Amino acid sequence: MRVEGEVELVVVGGGAAGLAAALKAREEGIEEIWVLDRNERPGGILPQCIHTGFGLHYFGENLTGPEYIHRFIRRAREEGITIKLETMVLRLTKEREVVAVNPSEGLLKLKAGAVILAMGCRERPRGSLLIPGGRPAGIFTAGTAQRLLDLEGYLPGREVVILGSGDVGLIMARRFAMEGVEVKAVVELMPYPGGLGRNVVQCLEDFGIPLLLRRTVTHIHGRERVEAVTVAEVDGEGNPIPGTERKIPCDTLVLSVGLIPENELSEGAGIELDERTGGPFVDEFMRTSLEGFFACGNVVTVFDLVDHVTLTGERAGKSASQYLKGELPPPRRVREVRPGENVRLVVPQRVSGEGPVTFYLRVSRPLREARVEVGGKSFFRKAVRPPEMLTVELGKEEVGGLGGEIPVRVLGKPLG
Amino acid sequence: MEVKELTCVICPLGCRAKVYVEGGRAVGWEHLECKAGEEYVKREVERPLRDFFTVVRVKGGGVLPVRSTGPIPKERLKEAVKELAAVEVEGPVRMGEVVVKNLLGLGVDVVATWELE
Repeated sequence: MRVEGEVELVVVGGGAAGLAAALKAREEGIEEIWVLDRNERPGGILPQCIHTGFGLHYFGENLTGPEYIHRFIRRAREEGITIKLETMVLRLTKEREVVAVNPSEGLLKLKAGAVILAMGCRERPRGSLLIPGGRPAGIFTAGTAQRLLDLEGYLPGREVVILGSGDVGLIMARRFAMEGVEVKAVVELMPYPGGLGRNVVQCLEDFGIPLLLRRTVTHIHGRERVEAVTVAEVDGEGNPIPGTERKIPCDTLVLSVGLIPENELSEGAGIELDERTGGPFVDEFMRTSLEGFFACGNVVTVFDLVDHVTLTGERAGKSASQYLKGELPPPRRVREVRPGENVRLVVPQRVSGEGPVTFYLRVSRPLREARVEVGGKSFFRKAVRPPEMLTVELGKEEVGGLGGEIPVRVLGKPLG
Repeated sequence: MEVKELTCVICPLGCRAKVYVEGGRAVGWEHLECKAGEEYVKREVERPLRDFFTVVRVKGGGVLPVRSTGPIPKERLKEAVKELAAVEVEGPVRMGEVVVKNLLGLGVDVVATWELE
């Protein structure tokens, strides 16, 4: 069967961002909303994030991932939002044609009034690291290990080394340790941990798991199954230092080496992408460079709190609704946001000046007594660290008064 | 007197505090920059609490995520995991349904954080 038809609003991805966007659009009076998701259940990654710490900002409650997303899934059902599961979007065109496929309906060809991109991100795989060694079983990305352990109920290994100290890696170290798996070490290339301080304490220190900074895995040993990894110290450029190698026996290597916004569909449609974030350029309305396309959540940039993902989803949902009703202010005087000193990335990258703006930014180095400067406005922060995204809000008047370019920089004293 | 190194997790500053412990109580500290940090290290030394969560087996295959309704003492986490490893549930289970009552006598329950048909 081949489904062809027109749909007011198509949301690509039914995770935290997509569901928030769909719900907001419904609240704004949009009747026909289709959420397309390739997974067999909605919710994106959250159903497998069984730890707490979600929703502190958005709900003022300390929820687990499944509890957090369940609230949105339930509301989406109550609101009668169409969620098409096992539905893989194959192509988006700039005319807002959406080509998708699923096992029950076959090919779907839709013409959307507006499209919200909410595809999230994916993990950097082993292939992107070029670690020498064979191809034994027992190498998993942290998300895959999490899925096996907490969604499907399998223990991926007994003696684990984790490469990368991002939050997902730290959280998995704790999960393994709690389930009786021996976590031999967490290995981090940088001189500081990649995840939040809270997670370093509660996921590693609580369980006596060593964090090996300024080191990397230089070899994976084993033919059928991982038998050991070689870990070496690295120099200032991140290159292994000969003579510092140490072999750690283990049966499993877990990779937590970064997340990449998933934008093949955006690129295919001809949407401009930002090299810094890996996601589309957006303005404060979460509007992309292509008319009628909006983006939200981790497809835009990798957030560290789902609460922010939800808020960007709601913003995109509202903007798409305004667009469909002809009420979205056109970008009249677009100003470029310019990341400067100690700013690795900033979202939105463009500002049209028609309303208040929430800037999300990430620094490159840790600083104390920091001053976040956005277009000449200064915000004080006791400390800033690369793993923690900063949020800065500017009112409509403040934004209106800014010039043709908005420089963003973060100054302060070095933080050890 | 015992000296403990603790990292404060209250804010991104992440003070590395030196805490002097006597008879299980924090009696002094260094390298902390605020009052909230002092409260934190006192709690961490005297009665560190942690959220508890894991998965339980589902009859016929699969797992169901669960959590404690409140934090429990840090040193009892592993015991709690063992307790839950023996639990098997059968659907239907509602969101928030109690799976284990009064976990280890700590006065908190373990509840489902997902539903099961």
